[in-house]
Amino acid sequence: MIDLKAKYDVVVVGAGPAGSTAARYAAKGGAKVLILERDREPGIPVRCAEGVSHRGLAPFIEPNPKWIAAKIDSARIFAPDGNMLQLENIGTGYILERRIFDRELCNLACAEGAMMLTKADAIGLEFDNDQICGVRFRHLGNEHVVKCDIVIGADGVESRVGRWAGIKTACDMSDIETSVQYTLTNIDADQNYCEFYFGDQMAPGGYTWIFPKSKTSANVGLGLSGNRISEHGPVHYLDNFVKKRYPNGAINAIVCGGIPTGQPLKDMAAERIMLVGDAARQVNPMTGGGIITAMYGGAKAGEVAAEAVQKQDFSRKFLMNYKKRWDQKLGANHRLMHKFKEKFLFFGDENLNRLIATCKKMPRENLTLREIFFQAIKTDPVLVAQLAKDFVVSKLNV
Amino acid sequence: MKIDHEICGLCGTCVAVCPVDAIRVTEFKVILDQEKCISCGKCEKICPFRAISGGAE
Repeated sequence: MIDLKAKYDVVVVGAGPAGSTAARYAAKGGAKVLILERDREPGIPVRCAEGVSHRGLAPFIEPNPKWIAAKIDSARIFAPDGNMLQLENIGTGYILERRIFDRELCNLACAEGAMMLTKADAIGLEFDNDQICGVRFRHLGNEHVVKCDIVIGADGVESRVGRWAGIKTACDMSDIETSVQYTLTNIDADQNYCEFYFGDQMAPGGYTWIFPKSKTSANVGLGLSGNRISEHGPVHYLDNFVKKRYPNGAINAIVCGGIPTGQPLKDMAAERIMLVGDAARQVNPMTGGGIITAMYGGAKAGEVAAEAVQKQDFSRKFLMNYKKRWDQKLGANHRLMHKFKEKFLFFGDENLNRLIATCKKMPRENLTLREIFFQAIKTDPVLVAQLAKDFVVSKLNV
Repeated sequence: MKIDHEICGLCGTCVAVCPVDAIRVTEFKVILDQEKCISCGKCEKICPFRAISGGAE
């Protein structure tokens, strides 16, 4: 193995967008950082629909055609009865090439001085008098220990690093979407629109998406809520959809994965440990989008880690500043989205049909995602009361 | 519980729902610790590819 230091200030487990961003901001703040990635290279295997907004992405990285497959600013939403709502110019979004994007984020971290090792599979934490003092990992057949003051768990939906530290990260079935996606080629894709399909026949408790990557290819996938799964899994529903929509489509990638759609973890940090990204359940519970929120989590965790190293204060109290900062920006919106998701799970086709029909009658200029959201809430007066408080504090960043 | 490694997509969704931390994913393989497993069946239900069998119900 290449020479690693015996000790780093911060060890980051996982080199996805959350981990590499955490490493980058920690290193930028002066900390000595090591990133451990289990797979041969970051970004592989892809477990993502690859959609992000320009507004969310731009603070972290300059958009670059190298890792942007397509640029889109409009969407079509389909009700269970087939009624279609078209939303124009709702903000620029990108369909990424995650395998290139993830590596680029790692390059940025390493340019700030972070060290990185791939094929380095974390298998446990090291403790000294019950205090975390390092990470055990396997690399090319051998077991190693690297010492550190802070561990940042960016190990995705699995979130085992948190469990090793005693944080409860196991997901309830209602708070996870089981998802499958095909990257289809040899199709006639409409490059101007993302498409979303809702309904109990389509994707119970979730939705089906089409994210065009080029004129002839698209990410087509769906997620089902863990507590709405019955006889069939997501592959069944996706196959049915693809057969009808793109009968000649050829599959050049299959992606599967779980999307955590619960509340963000209460314990995003504990003594000498922080969790970021999917591992901290920092995914928008309604949309399932998690790249930007993970990068934001990574940035805040990295900043706080660097401050902790400077002050040599690795207490839970100090590291929880990270959660505070994350909460300030995203907390209210996530709580709101989570409540809406819980409602949406059992919304039913009739309500969905009515919602889309109502929105179609609205003047075009009023047809923002925010307005659709309000219309949806109106279908249930009890929910309106519940959510009133959240509306006041939320910036409704949908 | 049994994992069919030919079907498994190594996505780790089973790990996320496991209440007893009995599953881990390596670069090439999902490993189930039979001693820890309580056969609750959550992993079987949530697996996107239906690669797991033998749980409760």
